[in-house]
Amino acid sequence: MKSAVVLLPGLNRDRDMIAALTKISGTPPVTVWQTDSEIPDVDLIAIPGGFSFGDYLRCGAIAARMPVMRAVSEMAAKGVMVIGVCNGFQILVEAGLLPGALMRNTSLKFVCRQVKLQIANANTMFTRRYQPGQIIRSPVAHHDGNYFADAETLRRLEGEGQVVFRYAEGTNPNGSINDIAGIINGQGNVLGLMPHPENLIEAAHGGSDGRALFESALGIAA
Amino acid sequence: MIKARITVTLKNGVLDPQGKAIEHALSGMGFDGVGQVRQGKVFDVELAESDKAKAEADLKAMCDKLLANTVIENYSVAIT
Repeated sequence: MKSAVVLLPGLNRDRDMIAALTKISGTPPVTVWQTDSEIPDVDLIAIPGGFSFGDYLRCGAIAARMPVMRAVSEMAAKGVMVIGVCNGFQILVEAGLLPGALMRNTSLKFVCRQVKLQIANANTMFTRRYQPGQIIRSPVAHHDGNYFADAETLRRLEGEGQVVFRYAEGTNPNGSINDIAGIINGQGNVLGLMPHPENLIEAAHGGSDGRALFESALGIAA
Repeated sequence: MIKARITVTLKNGVLDPQGKAIEHALSGMGFDGVGQVRQGKVFDVELAESDKAKAEADLKAMCDKLLANTVIENYSVAIT
């Protein structure tokens, strides 16, 4: 399985994502820059977290209009897996690859802590190595993770199993609607989530609950 | 040249925690009778265009494509 990591000015979790993909797949991902209008032939494209373009205008808004995101959209339409973490999730939403919007946390505070996540759908390319309903731990670090979608979109997301991760056991850190932490597109190949699974993949991180997400996507046996 | 002011505000029903915090701060400062406060953004845009209708259409496209997130925000365009 080959992967690519999208690089944009202001991202700061790119090296964590590269390290996670390298350690889990055994092969370093290729990197693509914001101005690249083509992405090499890969199975998985990851958009890491951070503060692309300083979060100017809205989180992810400028990044979503860069040439590389047109290339990501084209690859996604062909069925290539795309994962956006934190700012990467915000970029996917701004690019229209996922529905809804990510708004300022209701606390108005930046939250940096560990939360519990429920696997709301274990039947996706990204979660098949988890058990349905399983509770895992994951770090979060964001200021704008408050997921919002209009009632009709929300009904569709819930009805079609597109809510993949939910904050569990009262750990919702941002006020997101229905405790939504991560969603997938209708086609099932584009995932966005606010938590950072790439930061919990080995003992040195204090746990490896995030590892199965990458193993699922990369088709690696547990 | 045409100058325009674009105002972007949150749609009704979308929670505005920043507006709420401002509302509470104003009350705390002693401004009595402050009702709901909703915050938003203003963009002053200069356009090298003389046709007002064309400018308005362009500005609306700019709002739809970048300046506003129409999932959560409304916008208005005023040519000044």
